[in-house]
Amino acid sequence: MHWEFVAVGYSFVFGGLALYTFFLLRRGRQLSRRVPPDRRRFLD
Amino acid sequence: MTTSEVAPEAAPSGAEPPPHTGSAATRRLGFFAAVAVALMLFFGLYISGPEVTQGEAVRLFYIHVPTIAAAYLGFFVTLVGSVIYLRTRSQFWDLLAASSAELGVLFCTFLLVSGALWGKPTWGVYWQWDPRLTSTAVLYVTYIGYLALRRMELPPEVRSRRAAILGVISFANVIVVHYSVQWWRGLHQGSTLGIDSEIGGMQYFSFFLGLIAMLLVYAWLLLHRFRVAWLSQQIEELGLARALAERRAETDNGGAF
Repeated sequence: MHWEFVAVGYSFVFGGLALYTFFLLRRGRQLSRRVPPDRRRFLD
Repeated sequence: MTTSEVAPEAAPSGAEPPPHTGSAATRRLGFFAAVAVALMLFFGLYISGPEVTQGEAVRLFYIHVPTIAAAYLGFFVTLVGSVIYLRTRSQFWDLLAASSAELGVLFCTFLLVSGALWGKPTWGVYWQWDPRLTSTAVLYVTYIGYLALRRMELPPEVRSRRAAILGVISFANVIVVHYSVQWWRGLHQGSTLGIDSEIGGMQYFSFFLGLIAMLLVYAWLLLHRFRVAWLSQQIEELGLARALAERRAETDNGGAF
């Protein structure tokens, strides 16, 4: 009973987290390639 | 010139920082967050059973309440970052506040959707203009406004100062949301973890696993989001420096003729 609500809820939350993480890490890679190493001081 | 042209690609080497936002700390934190999420899914969806009145919908509670905890934490870090920025004008705290606000909005989205999905089988409606739900919607819109302000075309110092002031003022609504179930009578239940709580045993355990998982995920995402914000700031500054140098060169050449 009510498994459909559980399935949609978990899919939305964890799917959303996965998507956000994917785009965040990809943007991090793209930006860090354009920044000289001496300016990446918060990456250590 | 666009900001994408400001610097050549940095060649990765052993001595240089890696061309991504990861580090030993984020890898460790990410590992623990992933383990906590896996355990939470295992216990929340498989081990713990249905609740007497809510049925299987109680499983939504294991993600619904932890997401508001992560959102509250996100907005609290924005408040702290904003206050320290207003005192010190430190770019670090400004970027931390902005990064945390974005994560707060993300977790608030999950909160509203999981709450609506929990409300339909439990209350019979997805949405009700109840004090808790209405104040949460106002909170959500307020922090979307904060993020919109951060994207406005303003001088960086003005934008940061206005955002910091909004970051401080907006936190008042977090207090309103939290105490709304005590201040006003509505459809939303009070604290789910009180003495008269209907859940217990494995359901409690699954909930605490969800809480730990969401807070670890928030912390891990915050590190990465902050580093992305820092890198964007560096590119903006490099672009500005390059544009100024070009303008000076143009002026010098014009003066020579």
